[in-house]
Amino acid sequence: MAQITLIEAVTQALAWEMKHDPSVVVLGEDVGVNGGVFRATQGLLDKFGAERVIDTPLDETTIGGITVGLAAQGMKPVAEAQFEGFIYAMLEQIICHAARMRNRTRGRLTCPAVWRAPWGGGIRAPEHHSEANEALFTNVPGLRVVLPSSPARAYGLLLASIRDPDPVIFFEPKRIYRQYKEEVPDDGEALPLDVCFVLRDGSDVTLVTWGAQVKETLEAAEALAAEGISAEVIDVATLKPLDFDTIHESVRKTGRCVIVHEAPRTAGFGSEISARLAEHAMYDLVAPVERVTGYDTHIPLFRLEMKYLPSVDKIVAAAKRTLAAS
Amino acid sequence: MPTAATFEIEYVQYLNAEGKLVRDDLPAFARDVRQLVKLYQEMLMVRIFDTKAIALQRTGKLGTYAPCLGHEATYLAIGSAMQEDDCFAPSYREYGVQFHRGVKPRELLMYWGGDERGNNFSGPAHDFAWCVPIGTQCLHAAGAALAFKTRKEPRVAVCTIGDGGSSKADFNSAINVAGAMTLPLVAVIVNNQWAISVPRSAQTGAKTLAQKGIAAGLECVQVDGNDLIAMRTVMDHALKRARHGHGGMVIEAVTYRLSDHTTADDARRYRSEQEVKDAWMREPLRRMKAYLMSLNAWTEDEETALKEQCTKYVDGEVNAYLETRAQPIESMFDYTYAELPPDLLVQRDEAIFWEKRG
Repeated sequence: MAQITLIEAVTQALAWEMKHDPSVVVLGEDVGVNGGVFRATQGLLDKFGAERVIDTPLDETTIGGITVGLAAQGMKPVAEAQFEGFIYAMLEQIICHAARMRNRTRGRLTCPAVWRAPWGGGIRAPEHHSEANEALFTNVPGLRVVLPSSPARAYGLLLASIRDPDPVIFFEPKRIYRQYKEEVPDDGEALPLDVCFVLRDGSDVTLVTWGAQVKETLEAAEALAAEGISAEVIDVATLKPLDFDTIHESVRKTGRCVIVHEAPRTAGFGSEISARLAEHAMYDLVAPVERVTGYDTHIPLFRLEMKYLPSVDKIVAAAKRTLAAS
Repeated sequence: MPTAATFEIEYVQYLNAEGKLVRDDLPAFARDVRQLVKLYQEMLMVRIFDTKAIALQRTGKLGTYAPCLGHEATYLAIGSAMQEDDCFAPSYREYGVQFHRGVKPRELLMYWGGDERGNNFSGPAHDFAWCVPIGTQCLHAAGAALAFKTRKEPRVAVCTIGDGGSSKADFNSAINVAGAMTLPLVAVIVNNQWAISVPRSAQTGAKTLAQKGIAAGLECVQVDGNDLIAMRTVMDHALKRARHGHGGMVIEAVTYRLSDHTTADDARRYRSEQEVKDAWMREPLRRMKAYLMSLNAWTEDEETALKEQCTKYVDGEVNAYLETRAQPIESMFDYTYAELPPDLLVQRDEAIFWEKRG
């Protein structure tokens, strides 16, 4: 069985679903002949033709709106925003229409669409190509927000997202698009949405994260283990709706929680997890919740971007603070 | 000097403001007087509904309402030209189109009366619901048109937008992609001269709004939107060519908003009485009535009887609307997702708890 990268897993999932569901179409800028600027749609044009692999005009407003129209009229569009920083022109369509189509028509019309976008910093890209804007979407009723962090989860969660009857924002952590390969059987098996994945068992502290930051968080857990500290690592994977039970169960065991994300801290999605811990796990906690996040600044241009992003050292230090507090 | 491109925008009118034919090439449908009478009756029904809806708002029985006074010919032409399988994407005052397509007055009142069930209407199930964010519906229609084209279905998507809305990116994006992909999209700009308080002249320097479609590669035409015969003729043409794969069209229907923008607006603040008085001389019902009477196809007695009949029907619909009860509290949750996630179920229980406590 072939070993594939995260981006190849995205392609594999798209190809599987297009082969098995004729209503699935892919659309976006450069998704056709060019196969997407990151090659996520490589080979799909040859397999499925220009009617299902649609190069749109260079206009995010168009992509956002026709995706809603396609989805409401019986298609399952998978739209690509070339970078997460370009998705803003689609926000009105996503928020005012996709997310509320089912509700405002009492279920008469629905919007089973997926918006994919390469997401996050750390690839020395130009301005507006490195945002972590997931929290904009987690505040919108009616959406699902999914952020896979491995080839297998990218494959299984993208299949689940396309099959989901409601709109899904599917952010792909571009920093780890080609970080490593793993075996991902091309069997069409979806992974469950709305559940967190426990990537490493531990008993002293819970590290909660998502996206590319899973890499640093797992490395931090390894570094902590070398010092005799047992860290549990949770990949949230689906931010909305949030599987808080898995996080709570872990914190019941460890009594400590560090939330790691690269988006700005204030009203980042870590705030929501922290608030729920305060509401539901206050008496399980033996130390204050820690957040290791991007600063409340714009992510700097790339000479400084790695200093903006959470690092292994910052995560280890936060974990140790929770241990020192109790 | 060499010329890269030239274009002209045709203006179509059959019936002038006095109800006299200005050309002699009447299309087949317009030679069938019974059909014209029927459409006139529907226009009158829309007007009676509109008047009643405003009265309901003024007496606190309806929320903010967007009237359509003066737009009746444009809307009935669109509605009667479309097939049931075609897809309509309205903005928020196209009552004539919707009634013709089977939406009930009580359903429209439900929506403006603060109840989502109004959008789950009796018209074609694939038609889009009201669209308040200006212009965004044009891209839904373009997406629908792309779906039809992809599935090789002989269906057309029709969107309507105002003169103000034609300034929006969404409208321009929709007609652009329709041109680029040869989509079966008919975009009707209902130019009623006013975008709330901002006049048509402040929207664009373009001489016509129709010509915006030229840049998108679409066929474009300007029509007297108060002339049902002209508007229907142009719609028939647009739908036919779109249905046969020849691409989209932009139609500018020139009309006038005789009412306020909505019941929350006071148009006296920004336009003259004289302008409105003049517009009443060009309005659509007056000229169609004159035309039908000139053919001996309509009488004042019939008009009086029809008005009574329409009033009775609308009153029945109003009563049906007023008799509906608000949805149960859990309805605000139940359509958020196909299947409610656990955390939302907890909030749903919370809402039910407070509802029961009263």
